[in-house]
Amino acid sequence: MIPFVYSRPGDAAEAVEAVAGDPGATFLAGGTNLVDHMKLGIASPTALVDVREVVDDAVEELPGGGVRIGAGTTNSELAAHPLVRRRYPLLSSALLAGASGQLRNMATTGGNLLQRTRCVYFQDVTTPCNKREPGSGCSALEGHGRDNAVLGASERCVATHPSDMAVAMLALDAEVRVLGPSGERRVPLADFHRLPGAEPERDTVLEHGELITAVDLPAPQEGARSTYRKVRERASYAFALVSVAALVSVRGGQIADTRIAFGGVAHAPWRARRAEEVLRGRPVTETAFRVAAEAEFAEARTGRDNAFKVPLAINTCAAVLRSLTEVNG
Amino acid sequence: MSGETTGIGNDGPQTVGTRAGAIGAPMERLEGRAKVTGTAPYAYEHSFDGALYLHPVLSTVARGRVRSMDTARAEAVEGVRAVLTPWNAPRLARTDDREFTVLQDGEVYFRGQFVAAVVADGPETARRAADLLVVDYEVHDHQVDPSAPGRETYRPSAEDTGVEADTEQGDVEGALTEAMVRIDRSYRTPREYNNPMEPHTTIALWEEGPDRLTLYDSTQGVHVVRGTVAEVFGLAPERVRVISPHVGGGFGSKGSAHAHNVVAALAARALPGRPVKFALTRRHMFSLVGYRPDTRHRIRLGASAEGRLGVLVHDVVETTSRAKEYAEMSGSCSRMMYASPARRTSHRLIPLDAPIPFWMRAPGEAPGMFALETAMDELSYACGLDPIELRVRNEPERDPETGLPWSGRNLLECLRRGAERFGWGDRDPEPRAHRDGDRWVGTGMAVATYPRLIMPGSEAEIVHESDGHYTVSIGAADLGTGTWTALTQIAADALGCDTGRVRLRIGDTDLPSASVAGGSSGISSWGSALVAAARAFREEHGNDPSVGARSRAGTPQNPDRERYALHSFGAHFAEVRVDADTGEVRVPRMLGVFSVGRIINPRTARSQFVGGMVMGMSMALHEHGVVDPRFGHVVNGDLAEYHVPVNADVGRVEAEWLEESDPHVNALGAAGVGEIGIVGSAAAVANAAFHATGTRVRELPLTPDRFLV
Repeated sequence: MIPFVYSRPGDAAEAVEAVAGDPGATFLAGGTNLVDHMKLGIASPTALVDVREVVDDAVEELPGGGVRIGAGTTNSELAAHPLVRRRYPLLSSALLAGASGQLRNMATTGGNLLQRTRCVYFQDVTTPCNKREPGSGCSALEGHGRDNAVLGASERCVATHPSDMAVAMLALDAEVRVLGPSGERRVPLADFHRLPGAEPERDTVLEHGELITAVDLPAPQEGARSTYRKVRERASYAFALVSVAALVSVRGGQIADTRIAFGGVAHAPWRARRAEEVLRGRPVTETAFRVAAEAEFAEARTGRDNAFKVPLAINTCAAVLRSLTEVNG
Repeated sequence: MSGETTGIGNDGPQTVGTRAGAIGAPMERLEGRAKVTGTAPYAYEHSFDGALYLHPVLSTVARGRVRSMDTARAEAVEGVRAVLTPWNAPRLARTDDREFTVLQDGEVYFRGQFVAAVVADGPETARRAADLLVVDYEVHDHQVDPSAPGRETYRPSAEDTGVEADTEQGDVEGALTEAMVRIDRSYRTPREYNNPMEPHTTIALWEEGPDRLTLYDSTQGVHVVRGTVAEVFGLAPERVRVISPHVGGGFGSKGSAHAHNVVAALAARALPGRPVKFALTRRHMFSLVGYRPDTRHRIRLGASAEGRLGVLVHDVVETTSRAKEYAEMSGSCSRMMYASPARRTSHRLIPLDAPIPFWMRAPGEAPGMFALETAMDELSYACGLDPIELRVRNEPERDPETGLPWSGRNLLECLRRGAERFGWGDRDPEPRAHRDGDRWVGTGMAVATYPRLIMPGSEAEIVHESDGHYTVSIGAADLGTGTWTALTQIAADALGCDTGRVRLRIGDTDLPSASVAGGSSGISSWGSALVAAARAFREEHGNDPSVGARSRAGTPQNPDRERYALHSFGAHFAEVRVDADTGEVRVPRMLGVFSVGRIINPRTARSQFVGGMVMGMSMALHEHGVVDPRFGHVVNGDLAEYHVPVNADVGRVEAEWLEESDPHVNALGAAGVGEIGIVGSAAAVANAAFHATGTRVRELPLTPDRFLV
C-alpha cells in the first residue's frame, strides 16, 4: 500500500474542489471497490476525499411520481426502502442479487455506478491491461475470456460491467445528477457508462472531480410488470454471467411497451433498444420473445470462451418475458 | 490381531478401566467456545513485542533465471529491516529438493515462485517495499499447457508414490474384444485448490548461541514440518520447535512444510532474536502450497449383457511440476473397487513449468472415482440396469488386486440404506424426462471408497497429576476437525475415567511425536498410540497411580495389515435441478451413507462427512483453476473468481453411517472420516445432472454453459 492523504470535506462543493484540483485525488464512499483496488495495486490515489458525510443518503419522492436517491444511500438501505420496493421492485431485486450483505451495507448508490469493469487481467498487475496501463495491450482478448463482453467491445478492451443495480436503473430510465467544478449537470444513465473504444481506461463520461450527488427515477410505468433475473454459477455472491432487467405492459394480448436491459454482456449496462423495438405492438408469443432477443444480439462478437453468453442471454431474456406476460404468472 | 494388544478390542472400550462411554458420544468441541469468542490462538495470532513482517516477491515468468535485482528503492523505505535475495539470503544445508531450495539461486521453475522477500516493521510497509523491488529476468520458453501437442509423459516410480504405477491382471485385450457391452470414455478434472479459510501462516524466531528455531505454524503435522525444516537448515531436530495448537483447515495443503516455512526461517536467520511473521495472501496460495493437478482418465469397461464386468481399464495422465514430482495415483481405486477378471491400470505424468502439486482432500480417490463412477453410470444405461444393481452385480468377494479378504466391506448395506432413505426405489431412469416448472430434475448415485490407513510412528505419554488429572500428550493436529475432542474421548475411555479428568496436549514438537493429519489416518493412528499408552500406564501403575506416574507407548504394529484388505466404503445420492433456460445447476439434496468402522464422535464425524460431500459438490459444479498458457499462472486466483459453494448453494446434506467396528484396523475399531465424503460425491452430482438433462458432462466442472440448448 502506498501512503495517501485522507480528508473529510465540509460539503459537496468542497469535495469537488478538493478532487478537481488534484490529479492524484479520488472520491471515497463505501470503498468496497476502490479499497480492493488499492490493495491490489490497481489504484494508487495520493488523496482520498471521503464523501459519505457530504452527499445525501435519503430516498425522496419527486413531483410527478418519481423518486430521488441520494448518492450516499447504501445498497442495503435502497433495497429495503418502501418507496423502492413498492414502485421499483426490480431495483430492489437487483440490489439484493449483488455482492453480499456486508458489502451492500457499505456500498453506496453513487459508488455502485462507478464500479470499475471486471476482468481477471485488470485485477492482476503482473499482466498487461489497457485499462490499467493504456497501450500495454489486452490480455483478455486471447486469454481467459469466459467473462468477456459480447456486445460493444473493442480490440482494446473486452471487460464487462459488474453492477446489478445499474442494469435495473437503466431499464428504469434513470438519470444521474452530477456536481462538478462548473456546477450541476444531469446525465441520462443510458449515456453515463462508456463503451471501451480507444479509451478503455475511461469507464464513464464523468470528468475528474465530478461527483454523483443523486440518481432520479421517473414515475413507474402504469400497469407494467417487471423483474430482474441474474444468471450465475452459484446461488449467491457471484457476478452475473448474464442478467436481464425488464418491464413489460401487455394490452389486449399485445406488448404495449417494454424496457429491457442486460448485464454481463458489455463494458456498460446494455439497454436493449432493438429488442424493445421488435417487441412493441407484437402479440405475446415465445417466437416474438426470441426474435426480439436474437435481434439484440445479431451483432454479438464472441471468442473461444464466451460464445455461450449469446444463447444464454437470449434464453434468459425469453424466460423473463415469458414470466412477465403469463396470465396468472 | 491388533485388538489383542490393548484393552480396547473387539468388545469395545468397556474392556479398559472402570468407566467408559465417552467414545461414541456427540461431545461438543472442547475448544469451541475459545474459537467462537476469538481467544483460540491460531499460528499468526501469537503476539510478540518487536515482531517483523515478511512480504514476498514472486516470479512473474514461468521459466527462466533472475539476472539481477534492483533493491535500492525497497531498501530505502522507512521501516524495512531486510531485503532477502537469491544472493544475500542465508545458505541452506540441503538443496536437493527444489520446493525448499528457496532464495539459493536465480533459477525460476514456475510463475509465482519466491524470488525475494522484504522484512519490515509492519505488513503494509513490507508489501509496499516488495512492490518497489525490480527484478530482471532471463526469460526461457515455458510449458504449462498439458494439452499442447507433443507433450512428453513419464511413469512415476513406485519408490516415490508407494504404489506401482501400472498393474495388469488377466487377458485385457481378449476381454475387451469379447465384451457384449463396452464403454470407452475419457474424463477430466481441472486444477483444484484446497483454499482453507485460514491461509498458510508462520512465525519464525531464530535464537543464537546455540542456534534454535521456533515456528508458530498452521500445519497438519508439527513433527513433519520440524523434520523438513531441520534438514533444510542443517539443524538437529531438537533445535527446531514447531507449535500449532489450532488450524483453520488444511485439506492436505498443510500436510507438509512448504517454501513459505523456509522463507520465513531464512528471514529469521538473517534477523536473529526478532520474530518474523508471514501470512500468505489468497493469491500466494495459488502457487506456493500445492493443488490437485489436472487429471485425465481413459476408462474402458467391458461387460456381459447382464452387466457383469469382464474387464476394467483405467489409464491416467496427470500433470506434475518440473520443480518437484508429485503423482496423484488416481487409478488406484479401480484396482479394488469392482470384480473383473481382467484389469489394467496405468499412470503417466506430464512435467510442466508449473507450481508443485500436493495433497488435496482424497488425493487420487477424488478424481479417480469421479471418472470410474461416471463410467459405471454410463455402463448402467448401456446395460439397461439400475446403477445400484450394477454395483451389486460387480461386488468382489475379496480384494481383486491382492486376493486378501476384506476387513469389512459393507458397501451393499450402505447402498441399501441409502436407497431406502433417499427414495431411490421408485426412480424412473429415463433421462430428461422429469420437469418441475422451469427446471429439469434428476437423481444420481455413486459409491465411495478410501483406504483404512494407520500411520506408524506416533507416541503418546500419560502423566498422573497431583490434582487427579491425567495429562495426555501427543504432537497431533486439530485442523478444525475435532482432534482435541476425539482424542480426549479416546483417552478417557482408555484410562477409564471421565473426559473431565483428561488434560490433552497437542500441536507442539515438545510433545511426543505424531504422524501427519493426512490420509484420514489422524485419529485412528494417534488414538491407537493413546490406547497403547493407557494400557502401559495401567500395567505399570495400576488403577491407583501415584502422583507423577508416567507411561509412554507408540502406535502398535498391526499384523492384520498384511492379512486383510482394509478399506472404507460409502454410497452417495444426489438430486440435481438444472434450469431449462439458463443451465444453472443446483443441488437441493445430497445423502451419504458410510462404512468407516467405529465412530469416535458423531458430531465431529458428521461435520467431516458433510463437509466432504459439499466439497465434492464444489468439485462437481465450481472448482477450476484456469491456467493462462501464455503467462503460466492461474488467472482466477482469488475467491471472487475461483468459486466454491456459498451457503445458498448447500441444500439438505445428510450423512449417516453403519454402526460397526473393524477389529482388523486398530484397537479402536475406527478408521478415518476426513476424506471419504468427497470421494464419489462429484460423480453422484454429475450422474444426477445427466439424469436431469440427458447431457453427459465428462469434464469438470458442470458449468451452466454445458447444459444450454
